[in-house]
Amino acid sequence: MDPVAPLLRTPLFDRHVAAGAKVVPFAGWEMPVQYEGVLEEHRVVRSAVGVFDVSHMGEVETTGTGAEDFLQRALSNDVSKLAVGGAQYSLLCREDGGVLDDLFTYRLGPERYLTVTNAANHAKDLAWLQQQGEGFDCEVADRAGDYGMLAVQGPLAREAVQAMSDGPLPAKFTAAPHIIAGREVLVCGTGYTGEDGVELIVHPEDAVAIWDELMRRGASPVGLAARDTLRLEVCFHLYGNDLMESRGPIEAGLGWACKEDTGFIGAEAVRAAREAGPAEKLVPFVMTAGGLARQGNPVVGGGEVTSGTIGPSLGVGIGMAYVPAEHAAPGTALEIDVRGRQRPAEVRTKPLYTKESI
Amino acid sequence: MADASYPEDLLYHAEHDWARIDGDVATLGITWYAQDALGELVFFDPPEVGTSVTRDEPYAEVESVKAVSDVIAPLSGEIVEVNAALADSPETINEDAYGEGWLVKVHLSEPAERDGLLSQADYVATLSQ
Repeated sequence: MDPVAPLLRTPLFDRHVAAGAKVVPFAGWEMPVQYEGVLEEHRVVRSAVGVFDVSHMGEVETTGTGAEDFLQRALSNDVSKLAVGGAQYSLLCREDGGVLDDLFTYRLGPERYLTVTNAANHAKDLAWLQQQGEGFDCEVADRAGDYGMLAVQGPLAREAVQAMSDGPLPAKFTAAPHIIAGREVLVCGTGYTGEDGVELIVHPEDAVAIWDELMRRGASPVGLAARDTLRLEVCFHLYGNDLMESRGPIEAGLGWACKEDTGFIGAEAVRAAREAGPAEKLVPFVMTAGGLARQGNPVVGGGEVTSGTIGPSLGVGIGMAYVPAEHAAPGTALEIDVRGRQRPAEVRTKPLYTKESI
Repeated sequence: MADASYPEDLLYHAEHDWARIDGDVATLGITWYAQDALGELVFFDPPEVGTSVTRDEPYAEVESVKAVSDVIAPLSGEIVEVNAALADSPETINEDAYGEGWLVKVHLSEPAERDGLLSQADYVATLSQ
């Protein structure tokens, strides 16, 4: 990324400023990291309904008679299992299995797919996909500038959006076009918070009207800081923290999203890692005697924290770390070197937070 | 969070700390500006009673959701008390930075250091630079 390039703004930038957001540079965008407060924003998503502007995320559209064959080759999951109107999580891997990105792909039609990329990876993903797509009878198009995206999340999220919709909302892991607040929207039964809800892929010029209507119906704006604590409590990976090109899906615990028999790019490396067992594994942990671990803190005896902060719904420090496979079993005691001070932690099972854990 | 405030009866350090001096003991904390910049605090790691602190050196850490920050000592001395209530409710620092959100009490070893601290007016002037 060009460090001197001007930061991009989403269609909702003025709304964020008006709502009192702290706006920070993030993956080339000026994004709201928080509004009134991270902890309250976290709570509102766990208990009611919050709205995230995730318009910085990118979109790539793949169309044509060879679209399915191409995506089956490019993505780690079994794209042939994706029905029209379906949504699927997968990884984009290099030949050596290194993870280029983690993605949601929506099948919009028999020969039309929309793949959502992480903002920081969009340009890289697009170039990779277009290069790998040569020889397939399909077009791989950059659609990042054509969409805004709102994630409406929380136990009351569906109710709020349903009241604005012309028809029943799509079920979890499906997507359907609807008229929401009078605008054409692709409604997706997805999210990244561990709560029920939907994501709305919208035309940029419609984003403000839909945002305003969600606010009018009692939804609260939620920033990226709470998005991070929410996803970490349920152990969803964040690319750049828990996923990277130097590590593969198996050690990241994402073998479930890899179907090696499809022959995707990286399948042989993933198969080998699955059969041999990885040297290190990504594990969730909680701090057992106070303190917070942070990304980059070493684990004593080998390994490294890749995500760490407070779990607001749990009231303790939480995180994920790559540790030697022999230390990966739930219940294993860890010592984490937090700026020179060893703090005890314990490996837990995923997810760290469930409705029953409070 | 309360509105911005900087009591006139305190002395300040440019690293956004305050001191309330009573004889040879000073109560220390962080300013409204510091807690606002950090955001909601979720962890306070206090020093141990009996340890020494040195002016301009870090003596404790406060952590928000996103970041950890050193707390700089405005004065030198020995820790005689820490605010134990902050272990369970570090957000008190946000809610009442100059009152219930105090961090430590220090028995001053160099009382003359107070002359190097900033008045309220001088500290507030640094914030607008």
